[in-house]
Amino acid sequence: MLDLFVLVLAIPLASGLALALAGERAWAPNLNIIASAGTFLASALLTAEIVAGGPRFVFGEAFFIDSMNVFFVTLTAFVGMTTSIFSGPYMRNEREHGRLSAPRLRLYKSMFQLFMFTMLAALTTNNLGILWVAMEAATLTTVLLVSLYRTPASLEAAWKYFILCGVGIAQALFGTILLYFAAERVLGETGNALLWTYLVGVKGQLDPTIMALAFIFLLVGYGTKVGLVPLHNWLPDAHAEGPTPVSAVLSGLLLNVALYAILRVKVLADGAIPSDFAGNLMMGFGLLTLVVAAFFLSRQKDIKRMFAYSSIEHMGLITFAFGMGGAVANFAGLLHMTLHSLTKSAIFFAVGHAAQKCGTQVMEDIRGLIRINPVIGWGLMLGTLAILGLPPFGVFASEFMILTHAMKHHPWATPILLLALGVAFASIFGKVQPMVFGETHAQRLPHAPAITPVFVHLAIVLMLGLWIPPYLTRWFQEAARMLG
Amino acid sequence: MSLSTQLINLFAATILLLAFAMLAQRRVLTLINLFALQGLTLALSTLVVAVTTRQTHLYWSAGLTLLLKAILLPWILHRLVRRLEVKWDVEPLIKVPTTMLVGIVLVIISFNVALPISQLSSTVSRGTLGIALASVMLAFLMMITRSKAVPQVIGFLAMENGLFLAATSATYGMPMVVELGIALDVLIGVIILGVFFFQIRDQFDSLDIRHLERLKEK
Repeated sequence: MLDLFVLVLAIPLASGLALALAGERAWAPNLNIIASAGTFLASALLTAEIVAGGPRFVFGEAFFIDSMNVFFVTLTAFVGMTTSIFSGPYMRNEREHGRLSAPRLRLYKSMFQLFMFTMLAALTTNNLGILWVAMEAATLTTVLLVSLYRTPASLEAAWKYFILCGVGIAQALFGTILLYFAAERVLGETGNALLWTYLVGVKGQLDPTIMALAFIFLLVGYGTKVGLVPLHNWLPDAHAEGPTPVSAVLSGLLLNVALYAILRVKVLADGAIPSDFAGNLMMGFGLLTLVVAAFFLSRQKDIKRMFAYSSIEHMGLITFAFGMGGAVANFAGLLHMTLHSLTKSAIFFAVGHAAQKCGTQVMEDIRGLIRINPVIGWGLMLGTLAILGLPPFGVFASEFMILTHAMKHHPWATPILLLALGVAFASIFGKVQPMVFGETHAQRLPHAPAITPVFVHLAIVLMLGLWIPPYLTRWFQEAARMLG
Repeated sequence: MSLSTQLINLFAATILLLAFAMLAQRRVLTLINLFALQGLTLALSTLVVAVTTRQTHLYWSAGLTLLLKAILLPWILHRLVRRLEVKWDVEPLIKVPTTMLVGIVLVIISFNVALPISQLSSTVSRGTLGIALASVMLAFLMMITRSKAVPQVIGFLAMENGLFLAATSATYGMPMVVELGIALDVLIGVIILGVFFFQIRDQFDSLDIRHLERLKEK
């Protein structure tokens, strides 16, 4: 029988190459959707298999799938699928508006699939060195996507993205070298010293000094990609200037995968270092990120830039949650990651169509969406309410869990958390409200927007707020327990 | 001190000197040649480690370094500056003495950071870990101080050279599959940047990064 996992990696790789070779044909958008749907189907079946049969290796010990990464694989493949559905009409509208040509669309589709491939590879590899390689490859595939419009601003954003993430990822490589050095002293020069399954077995014997240094470098390096302050500068630019589907996958997926890399290393650092060094470091970075991003939110004029800052804010909160550690906080962190991915990509879908309709991303010029297109208007409004953590949406549940856990174990952090969340609420709601309601003068789009993904995502977020299916709870709990 | 250790130290010191030379170099063309020379020295020092320790995979990585960093990447960069017509570019570098002084401070810091790790290391080349970290820092400094795109990228690649030196001095190199992956990433990165340079030049008629400073928080 063909291994499902092979499909998960082979479909995006093969379709990415096929789309690059075939060029922009009438069927190319459909191939993009079919490939993404196939990847999702394969990963969903793989998940069912892992949930039933437990973790396993693929290709010797090269890949390792356990309950933690299989959950990210499904999420990544799902958001990849809905983004490809959304991008079909969106990109056709961009072409009619003369903002993109056929060769650029070809570049976009093939790079999108290759980006999916690099992220799925990063999630499933057992080798922390290959994890680094895949993370770097994920940057490389998206650099040219950020500069897809070739405007001065988009070129600048892409350049900043490349240089900042390049410098960041170099730190992560140094961290990986140090980790390898620490591991080699225990495991010997067998070539297994970067395999996570081996490392986790000997994590108590790794040298604490080296591990502390390695963790700092890895946190700073991968943290650049997560968008942790003060290394977040690339993120708002890349989100605002790139095409909206790219913003959706950057926010919804890339940040998650980078955080996943940090979590894997944190497990090792926690095992090696007797004190709670790694957790405290993450809590500090997380709080700083949350506060700085919340205060930057109110100063934004570009709608995509604002929601990019909101992504930074949520990443800060999630980093803080994982920093606290323990079963409850890890559970909340994982849940919040899922919900943020779904909600934020839904918001970007709605924002993309709204910006297309009004011909601008400047918030002051977007008005009265509810009159032009009630569906987009409500999509944006509900998405905003969901991301702001209003009940009954799921974000409320995860934020509530993080807050109560912080109150119990780190009471000093509670006022800071509440302040940041309050500031974020006021700034975002105050800006979205007139965009949705209010006077308008916008035009009709040549292609009807694909709005279903927005509501599919929001429906899942709503459902997770009201009721988390028991198998999902078990799965989250198992992953949370692995994080220690 | 054995001959091999002395040779390794000599090569590592050369790499550090080249890093300083790159920091102060104004000409793009000379900068590329210095980078090629650094790549060559790196390959030689890896070769010495390989001969001393008889680690087969180190021969491979020495060959890979020679091929990629001393030949292929400089060749791509040469072609790029010729096609972009920036071959004779001279960058007006201000405050070279200050930059050099900052560089020296960075070297001292790097040596101090590397000291506890070197003491734990048992490799023949363990003394060079401080130098490796210093080269990374100097390359980073070069990226910050430059305003043209090509020198910034050379700084980025020089940083990778320093990291590679760190990998061979702390351990005997990373596993082969990881090294191949890193090499592939670097190569693809340079090619993508090449494409990107043409986009920047078409848009701004120059490769000056100062054009790329409009996106700021107001």
